[in-house]
Amino acid sequence: MPTLELTRPAALPADWRDFLALTKPRVMYLVVFTGLCGMLAAPTLPPLVLGFTAILCIALGAGACGALNQWYEVDVDAKMRRTAKRPLPDGRMDRQSALHFGVALGVFSVLLMGLASNWLAAALLAASILFYVFIYTVWLKPRTAQNIVIGGAAGAFPPLIGWAAATGSVATLPLLLFAIIFLWTPPHFWALSLFVRSDYANAGIPMLPVVAGVESTRRQILIYTLPMAVAAIAPWPLGLTGAVYGVCATVLSFVFLVLAARVAANRTSDPAQMHPEKHLFAFSVFYLFALFAVLVADRFIA
Amino acid sequence: MTSEEDEVIRKRQRERARVTALLLGAFVVLLFFITIAKTRANW
Repeated sequence: MPTLELTRPAALPADWRDFLALTKPRVMYLVVFTGLCGMLAAPTLPPLVLGFTAILCIALGAGACGALNQWYEVDVDAKMRRTAKRPLPDGRMDRQSALHFGVALGVFSVLLMGLASNWLAAALLAASILFYVFIYTVWLKPRTAQNIVIGGAAGAFPPLIGWAAATGSVATLPLLLFAIIFLWTPPHFWALSLFVRSDYANAGIPMLPVVAGVESTRRQILIYTLPMAVAAIAPWPLGLTGAVYGVCATVLSFVFLVLAARVAANRTSDPAQMHPEKHLFAFSVFYLFALFAVLVADRFIA
Repeated sequence: MTSEEDEVIRKRQRERARVTALLLGAFVVLLFFITIAKTRANW
């Protein structure tokens, strides 16, 4: 449908689809999925409606993080081809609306989680939102190449929250799930940042390939894959999961390691030729989905 | 502001109002079921 060009775009109220885009729905799938798996892996399950509400709160909390991230990074997003068409840099929404929307969504998600599930899950959700916004977005991301390493903790909270929503407590298994996502984040994001590094360089974001170079990043990807694989397999020898999870986690981690080794061995600096990096990035998404799906399957088979 | 521009703004406001109403309705239904589930859990 053709859109009408207005002489004063700022006077046009933002479309509801732009508010939805502000929540980064495509990134949310993994957050919701890992949160759901954390809940389903717990020894006790909440009533269906309360479980649904807890997952909804995790999704809304992630949406709040996305909105506040875009509110804070509007200048950076405008400089990157990948993000320049987002509602704020594209001028389809004013910054204040994005800030109000993000804060309201975050507060609402925490309060609803506390009322529907329990206040431990709500506190963990609040901590994840605050960590993502203040520690990652505001503090680490524009300052250090280690932004992804420490900031990865924000994305690692969902299984912990899902478990806490189901049981009202925290145990070893959800802490290991936290560790898996925490250690998975650097290889996942560094693989992406290798073939979009010019975008990050233009925007002045000190991602590892921009600061330390391509070769160093490739080595770091391989180094970080090792503890990630250990954390992924650990629930099996610790007796927290069965053999179904253990065997699948071992196979998946081995494939991840092989792909990371191919990245480490790659020598090209042309993003168009970075096929091992693109393969690793695509597989890393599948890896996390598959690992958590197998964890839940194992729980119900055992 | 031309009448065409005015119409675009009104259309967008109508859409936003409709989405807000739908979300509020869904929230009321969700609160109802949460209350039922919580009440049953305390029986």
